[in-house]
Parts: sequence; structure tokens; C-alpha cells
Amino acid sequence: MAGSKYVCTTSSGKVRRVAVVGGGLAGLMTVIKLCEAGVPVDLFSLVPVKRSHSVCAQGGINASVNTKGEGDSPRVHFEETVLGGDFLAQQPPCLGMADAAPGIVHLLDRMGVPFNRTPEGLLDFRRFGGTLYHRTAFAGATTGQQLLYALDEQVRRFETMQVEDDRGVAIPGEKMVRKFEFWDFVQLVLDDEGTCRGLVAQDLKSMELRAFPADAVCLATGGPGIIFGRSTNSTINTGIANAIAYKQGAVYGNGEMIQIHPTAIPGADKLRLISESARGEGGRVWVPKDPMDKRDPMQIPEKERRYFLEDKYPLYKNLVPRDVASRELFKVCYGEKAGIMGRNEVYLDLTHIPEAMLRKKLAGILEIYEKFVGVDPYHNPMKVFPAVHYSMGGMWVDFERDERGSLKLGSPRNQATSVTGLYNVGESDYQYHGANRLGANSLLSTIYAGMVAGPAIATYVDNLDRSAFDLPAELFSKVEKSEQKKFDDLASRDGTENPYGLHKELGEMMLRDVTIERHNPVLEKVIEKLGELEERYTKVAVVDKSTKANQAIPFMRHLEGMLILARVITEGALARNECRGAHYKPDYDDKNKDATHPIGRDDENWLRSTLAKWGGRDGARSKVSFIREFDYAVGSQKLHATDAIDISLMTLRKRDYTKKKAAFAADPTAAQKPAEAPKPADDAPKA
Amino acid sequence: MAEGRIITFKIKRSSAGGESHWDEFDIPWEPQMNVISALMHIQRTPKTRDGKTVAPVVWEQACLEEVCGSCSMVINGRVRQACSTLIDALLKDGGSTVTVEPMTKFPLVRDLIVDRSRMFEALKKVKAWIFLDGTHNLGPGPRQAPENQEEAYPLSRCMTCGCCVEACPNVNDSSPFIGAFAISQVRLFNLHPSGKMNANERLDAISGVGGVADCGKAQNCVEVCPKEIPLVDSIAVVGRDTLKRALFGWLLK
Ligand SMILES: Cc1cc2nc3c(=O)[nH]c(=O)nc-3n(C[C@H](O)[C@H](O)[C@H](O)COP(=O)(O)OP(=O)(O)OC[C@H]3O[C@@H](n4cnc5c(N)ncnc54)[C@H](O)[C@@H]3O)c2cc1C
Ligand code: SF4
Ligand code: SF4
Ligand code: FES
Repeated sequence: MAGSKYVCTTSSGKVRRVAVVGGGLAGLMTVIKLCEAGVPVDLFSLVPVKRSHSVCAQGGINASVNTKGEGDSPRVHFEETVLGGDFLAQQPPCLGMADAAPGIVHLLDRMGVPFNRTPEGLLDFRRFGGTLYHRTAFAGATTGQQLLYALDEQVRRFETMQVEDDRGVAIPGEKMVRKFEFWDFVQLVLDDEGTCRGLVAQDLKSMELRAFPADAVCLATGGPGIIFGRSTNSTINTGIANAIAYKQGAVYGNGEMIQIHPTAIPGADKLRLISESARGEGGRVWVPKDPMDKRDPMQIPEKERRYFLEDKYPLYKNLVPRDVASRELFKVCYGEKAGIMGRNEVYLDLTHIPEAMLRKKLAGILEIYEKFVGVDPYHNPMKVFPAVHYSMGGMWVDFERDERGSLKLGSPRNQATSVTGLYNVGESDYQYHGANRLGANSLLSTIYAGMVAGPAIATYVDNLDRSAFDLPAELFSKVEKSEQKKFDDLASRDGTENPYGLHKELGEMMLRDVTIERHNPVLEKVIEKLGELEERYTKVAVVDKSTKANQAIPFMRHLEGMLILARVITEGALARNECRGAHYKPDYDDKNKDATHPIGRDDENWLRSTLAKWGGRDGARSKVSFIREFDYAVGSQKLHATDAIDISLMTLRKRDYTKKKAAFAADPTAAQKPAEAPKPADDAPKA
Repeated sequence: MAEGRIITFKIKRSSAGGESHWDEFDIPWEPQMNVISALMHIQRTPKTRDGKTVAPVVWEQACLEEVCGSCSMVINGRVRQACSTLIDALLKDGGSTVTVEPMTKFPLVRDLIVDRSRMFEALKKVKAWIFLDGTHNLGPGPRQAPENQEEAYPLSRCMTCGCCVEACPNVNDSSPFIGAFAISQVRLFNLHPSGKMNANERLDAISGVGGVADCGKAQNCVEVCPKEIPLVDSIAVVGRDTLKRALFGWLLK
């Protein structure tokens, strides 16, 4: 495209491209930024990108636009994000994200997202957990779907645009974006120095395996919720892409940090989420004082109900952060056996809110309850229980600080993994949410990461000595052949284990033992059992021999990846002997064993990221090595990274939501300070 | 329905030679059972009623909450999303057999999977996007009345699932008709304050052969749309606008 200095053709006239794997919000935003910088893209996805998991997000996206006169500002948003994450998040990228948020929401509005409006025609905002401000922009109750469609539309536009050479002449047959939908990423192509030069992917309809050269690869492959069997995630969220990159040497961070959402509908195939926005709009959580109360919940009078969150957290009430709320529900149901009829269920009640208002703001969510449970939530309290929801952990990625201590835009280090030429964005990276994510911060972090990664990658590929498209073809055909061999080998397995059955066992164990409460002796048993499952995996049977749209063999591959990441998660949880955010070990909450509000955070020993590196296999069993530091490179820059958290912008403090405004416990005047001048959300690479 | 009950699933499968055949599976009823949870059951134990072990059925799925548009199939003769088709609701008037077939208006890939790429091509054709200057910071977007949002939002929930295309009598092998969803997207983007600026491009794309005039107003589409999108209204609005453009467009030339 004209205006860019990027030369998108090689000396022999081939079009140079970058590969983006994943077309959720993070991947699509990366693609848009790359195209704007003049870099053509190959985009891979398991499903048409418009069907990516991001469509499931209901509640909204955070941005401190402060339209309600509450004194909200990006600085407050930043502090609440860091505090919500219990200080495990890297602070410079979090500040960059909070500063960019208002610009991002305005951008989405310009793209046509039908955000809800105030009577004046401005954007409307609602409240979410972990804050006292109205900071969440929303489009009905299907915000993720609306955001994904807006980005999908812009990418589709780039699909129709021609690649132009450096003189501005269109290159026949070459479009800015080529989509490979229903393709499964199976391996990175690494050269002798370990630099990423492309990837191998498989067409899930024809089963063809093909190598694609790429000047850089960016994974935007989402979360790994399906490791837990049933969760609020889409069924494609197996985490496989991260497992593959990890096996090829990329460092994985904070795997043990898995968020449990307090309110989901229990179900046999999926645990469907009831968004936090239900509580943001006034929804109340309660159980009958007498658990065995047989009356219809509408007949139970106010004084015979126990609003246990409101009782304990009079300020935040039902909107305490998710880890806190989940543990309270867990304690009421498991600890006190005080769930509805003694079962693992509590009421989430909206019936006191006028139906018309609910229809306007929450119809999308309530429709899910109505459709899948068959009960009308406008006139009956919903029954909910916690479910696995989100992974704060993911691929370790770097960032570069600017003078202000925020993120330096355009630096090729931003979102770079420990493998040169490999980037990672979205739920699949590790850096924005620490030990716990605040509601409505994920949509923001996916888009922000994409905005940062685009320019970072453009700078990186601009400065490459040699393009992947000028390397000998053997580099690619070699990996393509070895992947074909692996696939043929999988296709010929005739063991005794059904892969779907193995997955069910894995999921049930992970869900039971590695979620809300973690106990070391139990985790040790899980690790032993994971080894057994890995051994049994070597005896799987191929249940489908078809050479067309075969889903069974790719599933076997995904299962292998899930077993590997399950170990990273569980061994990380075993090692981290403290309580922090979503990671809760009652045995290490030493000062008060009964507190659901952990005070056992151990900053002296554990204010650091868990860094996991593939340690090869011992027989069939995979091994993890936990490291404290490592060397890596971005282009010609040699770098050294450690597990330290950058806490240069906000000092440590206790995370206590029972009193005062948690974020301002130390500085009650901060909320009144004027908002800092917002930094432009993006820009062309500066390097 | 009660525990211990058996539901028979009759599923249309692809045979190696390109023809189809039916496989029947008996599956124990479960509370809140839906068509996908039944297909998952078959995946784990792919045994037909007569005891034959077969390849698991293949189908498309992702969200399991009727928002991604993946799982459209013809179930008991009507096209719908498999994930939100609860067995209890489906069989509320009795019976214990569920038939599942792939959609017929798209090329068959295998079993219940069809190729819907023509829908995404249609979105390119009608330029279903805002012509954005760029993603750099340009401040807030145009103000919009809440009523505008309330009209746009339902249209914007179209998940390209294809039910409307499957149900439409005017979509068939010998007709290039684009389908109701694409017409509705024209209405959506032509409603937006900046989308409006390119309204004519979209109207032109939807005029002529295969365009909005090919709709026979049979209204089947609106009856099957899982997102209850007011497709017939959209067709009327866009039809009127293309007509206006045809008249005044000529006059202005
Ligand atoms: C029910 C629910 C509600 C939520 N609500 C909110 C909310 O209100 N606000 C909020 O901020 N967050 C919310 N979240 C979280 C948020 O939706 C996700 O974290 C976010 O959408 C992730 O986006 P992503 O771009 O990182 O990945 P995804 O959208 O998951 O996209 C991943 C992409 O990678 C592709 N992919 C994966 N593996 C491969 C492979 N091997 N080969 C090729 N392609 C591959 C997939 O096809 C897909 O395109 C919610 C999450 C859930 C589950
Ligand atoms: S109204 Fe038009 S688009 Fe809808 S089913 Fe009938 S002919 Fe098809
Ligand atoms: S208009 Fe309705 S039926 Fe048609 S593709 Fe969109 S959501 Fe599906
Ligand atoms: S699986 Fe997404 S709509 Fe059914």
C-alpha cells in the first residue's frame, strides 16, 4: 500500500507475508494494524473467524471515558486492574492499555458497533466487578459478538484489497489478506538459529498439510478452557496452539492462574455463562436461610433469604471481583452445604428489576437462560454455580517501557515471545491480568494487544536481514514432510483408548481438583494421574478412518496438547505456595484459615511470574522445567528476561474489598485528580 | 420426560461413493439434552442401534450457546441450530425420534458439514462494512439516537448461520439469489451515520440479477431465523431504496 516504507515483495518479486493464527478480537486487530502498515497477511483459523470464541463475550468492554461525572480516569482503571490482578500483572502494559481504552471504544464506535446510547446520543456505560465506576461500554448483551463482527468486517474489506508493490502498482492475484479458515496450525517452522520462519497447517476438510513461509508468526489463539472438560468456553478452545509453541521452546507464564466465574448455568455439554453484567445491572445473589426450604423462591420472603455477598461486602456488594465471589459461593455450597436444597446452586435474582429495562440491557443473556434451561428469568430467580472461564496465564511475552513508564509503541519487543519471530496476543498471552482478570478487561486487552502487536511486528519484519520467502524451499518441505509422517502415524493407531473418553477423564479431574481450592497432596495425585493419562494416550485408537473432514485425528492432536498444558497448570499450582488472586490454597492462608478472602499472599517469595519451559519427555510423560531467567533475541537485539514483575508504577498494597474503595485505600484523593492527558491509542511504528 | 427413556437419532451420513445413507443411534435421555449433547454422546460411543461400530458423526460447532452460527442443520424437517434445540421442546408433542440432516442449499462436505463460503462472499459483494479512514485515534464516533441503536442492534446479531438461505424457496441451483441475510446487512450499514455515505454502492450491489428483486416474499426466512431478525422488513426497506435509486439514479444521469 502506498505511504508505507515496508517493501512487501522479495527481490525475486514474491509477496512477503506475516502469518496470524487466530481470528478472534486479538488476531483480527493485529491483522488490521499490519495491513495499515502495508504488511500482507495470511490468516489461519479453526473456524470461520466470524465464529471465533470472542462472539461469546456478553457484558462489555472497559474504558474510563467518565461520562457519568464520577471522576473516573485511566489512572484509576489502571490501578484497579493491577490491584484486581493481585500485583502479578506487568504494570507498564496495563497502564498503556488503560490509557488507550477510551480511544479503542471510540474506534469501535466508528466501526459501527451498535453500543447502547444515552438519551443525548452518547455511549452508555455500566458497572462491572472490581470497580465502583460505570466504566463498561456494551452493545446489548452480546458485546463480544458485536465487536468481533466490526473487526471481521474491516478484515473482509482488506480481503478485497490488492497488494501493491513499492511503486504503488497492484500485484495481480495478491490480496492484502488471505484467509485459511478450517485450518489447524500444527507446527512452527524454525531455522537453524531457532528463528521462526513460518508454519505448517492442516486443512480440516481435505486433510492436506502445507507449509507456509512467513516473516513473522503471531499466535492469537485464545484460552485453554476445554482442558477442564466443561467450561464457559467454546469447544474449540483447547489451547493447542500454545501447547505446540511451548513444545517448540516458547516460555509459558503463570499457567496456574485460571479464573473461575461465579455465575454459570450448570449443564451436561457446557457451563453457560450468566455475565457479570447481570449483577452490574442490579442482580442479587442469595440462598434461602433454610437450605431445605421447599417453597418457590418467589414465595420466600426477604427476611428468610441470605444475601451473603451483600452481608460481607457492604460496599462492593454483589460486584466483588470474580475470585472473591467464586470462593464465597463455593464456601456456602461446599463448606456450609447451604446451597439451594443442599445442592451446588445459588440464586441469581433479577426479578426486582422492571422487565422492560432488563429486556433493553440484558436480553441476550437472559435469552440464553430461557433457551437452555427452559425457565423465564424475568420472573424466576436463576440457578447458578461457578465455572472455569478464563486463563490469565499464557505465552510469556515481552514489552518495552517508554519514558513515562508506559508501553513504548512500535518497539519490536512488544508482545514478542521468547522465540525470535514469534508473537502472541489475546487470551493466549500472559501479561495484562496477573492473578485475576477484572470483568470487561479481556475484550479490551485483546484489542489493545493487537494494536500493539501490529506495529511491533511491522518494525520487526522491516528490519529482517533476510525474508523467509528468500530461504531455501527445503527448510519448509522438511517440516511439512515430518508433520505428514506424524499425522500418518496418528492415523494408523489401533490401540484401545477412545480419545474422547480420555478427554472426559482429564476434564473431570482438572475441574474437581485444580480450580477454586487447591491442596498440595491432591495436586500431587493429579500430576501422577496426568502421567498415567499420557501413557494411555500412546494407546489411543483411531475411531475414524476417513480422509475427508476427519475430526477424530485432529482431536487426538489437541488432546496431546491439553495433557501437556494441564501439567503446566497443575505443576505451577503445586509450586506456588501462597494465595494470590484466583490461585487459592487454604493451607497457605496461614493467618486465617477460614477466610475466603485470602491474606496469604507471599510477596517476599512469590511476587514473580511462573515461567515454564518444555523439559522433554520421560517415556510418555512430559516434563516441565520452571526457570527464573532466560536469554532471547528480537532481531539483532540480544535480551535477558527474568520472572520479576515490573511494579514501578504502583506500590504493593493489600487487596481488601470488605472496606473502603479498594483501589484507593492508600490515596483517597486519587479519584478526584484530573484524568491524565490520554496518549494516542496507536500510531505507525516509530522505530 | 423421564429417566431411562431412549431417544432414537436418525442421522443422514455421507457414504464413500458420494451417496448418502441413514444411521440410527439410541441415546439415553438426559435433562436439558440438546442435539449437540446427543452428537457428543455418539462421538464417545459410535454404535448404531443394530450394534455396528461406525465412524463418529462429523458436524460444526463452537459456542454451544447459539451465537456463533456454526451448527445449523435440518432437524425433524426444519432448519435450526443444533445447540439450542432442546430435545424436550422438540418432542413435546410426543414421539421419540429425532432426524438430523445437513442443509441442502450449500455444497455438502461430509455428514452434517456443508460449505457456506458463498455467504461470506455475499458479504464482500454488498460491502458490509464501514469505510473507515483508519484505526488511528480520531476521537468519538458520530452521536446516535438511542432509537437508531435499537433498530440497528437486532440486525447486527446476524450470525451468518444460513438458516434463512436454506428455507428460502428462491435459493436453488438455478438461481443466483443472494439471500435475505445479505439484504438485511445492506439495511444495517445504510442506517449507520457514516455507513450511509456509501449507501448507493451497496444498493447497486443488490440490484439486478440475484438481488433484492429476486425475493418472492414467501417469508420462510423470517420464520426460521434463530435470531428473530426482521428480515421481511429489511427486504421491504432495501427494496424500496433500490427502487428509489433506480428511478432517481436514472433521472440524475
Ligand atoms: C461466555 C464468555 C463471556 C465473556 N464475556 C466477556 C466480557 O463481557 N468482557 C470481556 O472483556 N471478556 C469477556 N470474556 C472473555 C473474552 O471473551 C475472551 O477472553 C476473548 O474474546 C478472547 O479473544 P481472543 O482473540 O484472544 O481469542 P478467541 O476469540 O478465542 O479466538 C481464538 C482464535 O484462534 C483460533 N485458533 C485456535 N487454535 C487454533 C489452531 N490450532 N489453528 C488455527 N486457529 C486456531 C480460533 O479459530 C479463533 O479464531 C468472556 C468469555 C466467555 C467464555
Ligand atoms: S421472503 Fe424472500 S428471502 Fe425470505 S424466504 Fe421468501 S423469497 Fe426467500
Ligand atoms: S438472517 Fe438469521 S437465519 Fe439468516 S444468516 Fe442471519 S442469523 Fe442466520
Ligand atoms: S454451536 Fe454456536 S450456534 Fe450452535
